[in-house]
Amino acid sequence: MVPFDLLVAGCIAYVILLFAVAFVAERRARSGRGGWLRSPWVYTLSLSVYCTAWTFYGAVGFAARSGLEFATIYMGPTLIMVGWWWILRKLVRIGRTQRVTSIADLISSRYGKSNLLGVIVTLLAVVGTAPYIALQLQSVTLSFGVFAAASPQGWALPDQGVTAIWVAAGLALFTILFGTRNLDANERHHGVVIAIALEAVVKLVALFGVGAFVVWGVAGGVGDVLAKIEASPIADWPLQPGRWIGLTFLSAAALLTLPRMFQVLVVENADERHLATAGWAFPLYLLAMSLFVVPIAVVGLERMPAGSNPDLFVLTLPLSEGNGGLAILAFLGGFSSATSMVIVAAIALATMVSNHIVTPLWLSLRAGGARAAGDVRGLVLTARRLSIGVVLALGYGYYSLSGGSEALAAIGLIAFVGLAQILPAMLGGIFWRGATRVGAGAGLVTGFALWLYTLFLPSFGSSGLISAEVLVEGPFGWGWLRPQALFGIEGIDPLMHAMIWSLALNTAAFLIGSLLSFPEPLERMQGAAFVHVFDQSRGTRGWSRGGAEPEGLLVMAQGILGGEEAQRFFQAAAVEQGKAGFLPDTTPDFIDRLERRLAGAVGSATAHAMIAQFAEGAAVSVQDLMAVASEAQQIKEYSAQLEAKSEELARTARQLREVNDKLTDLSVQKDAFLSQISHELRTPMTSIRAFSEILMEPDLPEPMRAKYAEIIHEEAIRLTRLLDDLLDLSVLENRKAQLTVQVANLHDLIERAITSASSTRPDRDFTFHRDLPTEHMAVYTDTDRLVQVFINLVSNARKYCDADHPELTIRVRRAGARVEVDFVDNGSGIPKKSQSIIFEKFSRLTDTSRAGGAGLGLAICREIMANLGGTIEYLPGQGGAAFRVSLPVRRGLTRAA
Amino acid sequence: MTLPDAGTGRRGDRRPPVFLARRSYRRRRMMDACRMLPILGAALWMIPILWHPADTAADDTAPGIVYLFAVWIVLVALAAALSRGLTRALEDGEDEGG
Repeated sequence: MVPFDLLVAGCIAYVILLFAVAFVAERRARSGRGGWLRSPWVYTLSLSVYCTAWTFYGAVGFAARSGLEFATIYMGPTLIMVGWWWILRKLVRIGRTQRVTSIADLISSRYGKSNLLGVIVTLLAVVGTAPYIALQLQSVTLSFGVFAAASPQGWALPDQGVTAIWVAAGLALFTILFGTRNLDANERHHGVVIAIALEAVVKLVALFGVGAFVVWGVAGGVGDVLAKIEASPIADWPLQPGRWIGLTFLSAAALLTLPRMFQVLVVENADERHLATAGWAFPLYLLAMSLFVVPIAVVGLERMPAGSNPDLFVLTLPLSEGNGGLAILAFLGGFSSATSMVIVAAIALATMVSNHIVTPLWLSLRAGGARAAGDVRGLVLTARRLSIGVVLALGYGYYSLSGGSEALAAIGLIAFVGLAQILPAMLGGIFWRGATRVGAGAGLVTGFALWLYTLFLPSFGSSGLISAEVLVEGPFGWGWLRPQALFGIEGIDPLMHAMIWSLALNTAAFLIGSLLSFPEPLERMQGAAFVHVFDQSRGTRGWSRGGAEPEGLLVMAQGILGGEEAQRFFQAAAVEQGKAGFLPDTTPDFIDRLERRLAGAVGSATAHAMIAQFAEGAAVSVQDLMAVASEAQQIKEYSAQLEAKSEELARTARQLREVNDKLTDLSVQKDAFLSQISHELRTPMTSIRAFSEILMEPDLPEPMRAKYAEIIHEEAIRLTRLLDDLLDLSVLENRKAQLTVQVANLHDLIERAITSASSTRPDRDFTFHRDLPTEHMAVYTDTDRLVQVFINLVSNARKYCDADHPELTIRVRRAGARVEVDFVDNGSGIPKKSQSIIFEKFSRLTDTSRAGGAGLGLAICREIMANLGGTIEYLPGQGGAAFRVSLPVRRGLTRAA
Repeated sequence: MTLPDAGTGRRGDRRPPVFLARRSYRRRRMMDACRMLPILGAALWMIPILWHPADTAADDTAPGIVYLFAVWIVLVALAAALSRGLTRALEDGEDEGG
C-alpha cells in the first residue's frame, strides 16, 4: 500500500510543477522566445483534453461492461481528424478571419451577430458542462478514496467533500491565473496550453505504464492476453448496430461542438498547418490511449474480487499487484485528465458567459450605452474571473447534490448529446448560405428542449425532477409523450432514443425555419463570409460608409483593448493611410477591421453593437448586399473597383484639402506673427527708449532712477529671451544643436521640470498624479534639453488647463527600446481643428498675450525631440490635453558626438 | 485536361513532361483523398455490423480488437502520408474552398 501522505505530497508536487511550467511558458512567450510553444506537437497534445477522467478511468469500465463499444468514443474524433481538410480547416480559417472567441460566438457571428443565439448556446454549454465538471471532481475524489480507504475498492470516503472543494478551488486558481491574462481570444493562453500538453504526456505515459505492466507483468504477453480475452466474460461481442453507429457519430459531433474542444481546436490554434500534423498525430494518440483498455479490463475482471468497481481498475490493479509506484503514476494520469478538462472547459465557458451574458447586460443597463462605456476591459476580465469561479462552483454544487452517485458516470454521453444540438446550426452555417438566424434559433431551442426532456432530466432518476409516474405514463397521462418513448415508439436504448429524436427534430426545425424565413442584410453578409471563407476575392464588409468620429472610436477602443494597444492599432491604421498622428480616416475598411479586433476581445455581437453606436446609419444596406448576392460578379467587382478608386481619390482630395487648409492657416499665422513680433519687439523697445530718456534727466531722485533702470533691465531681458528663442529654434531646425549626452534618472528629470515650472502661475493649486516606481529608469540623452521639453509641457498645462481643479497625470512607460512619457491634464483639451497646427511655429490657440510667449514653445519642443531622436505628439481621446513624448532609451552615439 | 509541353517533351527523355498544372492537379487530388478518408474509415469500421457478432456463437472480441486497430493504423498512416503535401498546399495558399 502507498502511504496516503506520500500520495498527497506527490500530488501537490505535481500541481506545483504544472504552475511552474505554465508560468515559465507565459514568461517565455511574453519575451518572444516561445517559438516552440507554437509547435504542431504542442497543439496536438493540447487536443487531448478530449480524453477526460471519464475516458481515462471510465473506458476500462465501459469495456468491462460492454466490450469493444468503448472504442466508438475514440473512433468518431479519429474520423473527423483524418478528414481535417473538410470541416476543421474551414472552422479554423473562419475562427481566425472572424476572430471567434468561443463556439457561442461562432454561431452568434454567423447568424447576423445575434446575441440571442449566443445566449442560447451559452446556456446549453453551461447546462451540459457543469455535470461533466462534477464527474471530473468525482473521479479525483474516488481515486483519492482508493488510496485512503483501507481496502483498495473502498467506496466509503472519509472526506470526499473536502477533497472535491480543494480540487475545485485549486483549479479555479490555476484557471484564473493563467486563463484570464489577456482579453483577446486570439492571443493564446500559452501557459494553459503548455500545462495541458504536459498533462497529455502524463496521461499517455500512465495508461501505457499500467497497460504494459498488465500485459507483460501480470499476464504473459500479447498471446496470453488474447487467450485471456477469449476466456473472459466479454469474449463475445454484443454489438448493437444502432449504438455502434450512433455512438461513433455522437463522439464525432462532440469533437466539433464541445466548448473545450472548440477552444483548443479553433480558438487556441496558432497556425492552420498544425492541423496537418494533428490530423494524423491526434488519431495516433487516441489509438495509443485505447490500446490497453481491453487488456486492463480483462485482467481486472479476472484478478479483482467480484463486485469491485471496473471504473477504477487502472488504479486498483497495480495496487492489488503490489506496484505502488505505478499506482501513483496512474493516479497522476487520472488527475491530469480531470484537471486539464476542467481548466479548458472553465476558460471556454467563462469566455461565453462574460461575452454573451454579462457584458451585453452591463452595457444595456448603463445609461448612454457604448458611448459612455469606459473601462470595458476591466469589466470583461472581472466577469471572466467570476464566471470561472461560478462554473466551478456549479460543477461542485452538482457533484455534492448528486452525492457522488453512479448516475454521474452516465453524464459523459448525456453531455455529448446535449452539445451535439449545436451541430446542425454549426455545419449548416459554414456550408449553407441559406441557413438563417430564425432556423438556427428554432433548431437549437427544439434540440435543447428535447434533450432536457428525454435525457437530461430523466438522468436524475425517478426521484429527480421528472417523477416515475411521468416516466411510465407520460405527462398528464399522455402516453405518446413519455420521455423515453416519444410518439409511442418503445424499446430503443434511452440514449439513442434521445439522440435520434432531438437531433432529427432539431435539424428539421433548422431547415424549415431557414427555408421559410428571410435573413437580414448583415446575416447574408456573414453567411457569405463564412461559406466562402476561402474565396478571398469576394471582400465582404459589414460597413458601407465610414464617417464615424474617430476620436470617439479611439476612446471606446481604449476602454476595451487598453490604451497602449488601441493607440498602436489606430496609429498603424493612420500610417497606412498616409496620415500622421493617432486618428485615421474612418473608412469602411478601417471600421471593419476595428470591429474584428474588438470582436476578438468581447465577441462579435457586442463589438458590432458598440461600433453601431458610432457608425449609425452606416451599416449594411441593400445595395451593398447586391454586390455579395448577385451572380453577375464580374460587373460588380469592376464597379466595386471603380468605387474603391473613386473613394481613394476622394480620400486623397480630402488629404490635399487638409494640407492646403494647413498651409493657408500657416500663412495667416505667419503674417500674424510678423505683426506680433514687431509688436513684441517694439513694446519693450518703446519703453526702454522712454525710460532711458527720463534717466537722462539730471535731477531725478535716486529711488525713481533705480526703478526705471530696473524696468529697462526687465524689458531688455524679455527682448533677449525672444531673440534667444528664435535663435535656438533656427539652430535646432538646422540640426546644428550641440548636445551634451549623459545618463540620468528619468524620475529626477521630471522632478526638476515640475519644480522649475512651478513658477508659472504659482497662484493655481495644481495636483500631480504620478506613478513613481515606473519613473525610475535610466535614460542616456541630452538631459537639459529633455527637461526643457518637460518644463514646457508642464507649464503649458499650468497655463492653459481650464479645469476648476487642474490636475496633471504623468505616465512613464517602456515600449521596447523607447520610453514614452505621457502628460495628460483634465482640461477641455485642444479642439480637433487645432490639433494639427499646435506644433507649428508662431501658432497660438488663444490670442491673448497672457502666455507671455510668442507661440514658439511647442515648436521648440518638437525640434528638440527630433534632435534627440524622439518625437512629441498630441494624444487625442484622453479626456483633456495630452502629449506623448517618446524617445530612445539610449540615443545613438554617432549623432551625439 | 493536360496539354503536351512543346519545350521539354523531347523523345527519349524519360522525365515526365513538365507542365504547370501537374503539381496543383496532384494537390487537388490529395485534398480529395483527405476528404475521403473519413468516409473510408467509417465504412471500414461499420463492417463489423455485418458480422452480426451478437448473434453468432463464436467469440468475436479478440479478432474484433485486431480488426479495429488495424483499420485505425491504416487511417493514421494514410493521414500522415497526405499531411506533408497538404501542408505545402497550405503554405502556397492553394486552398480553394470547393
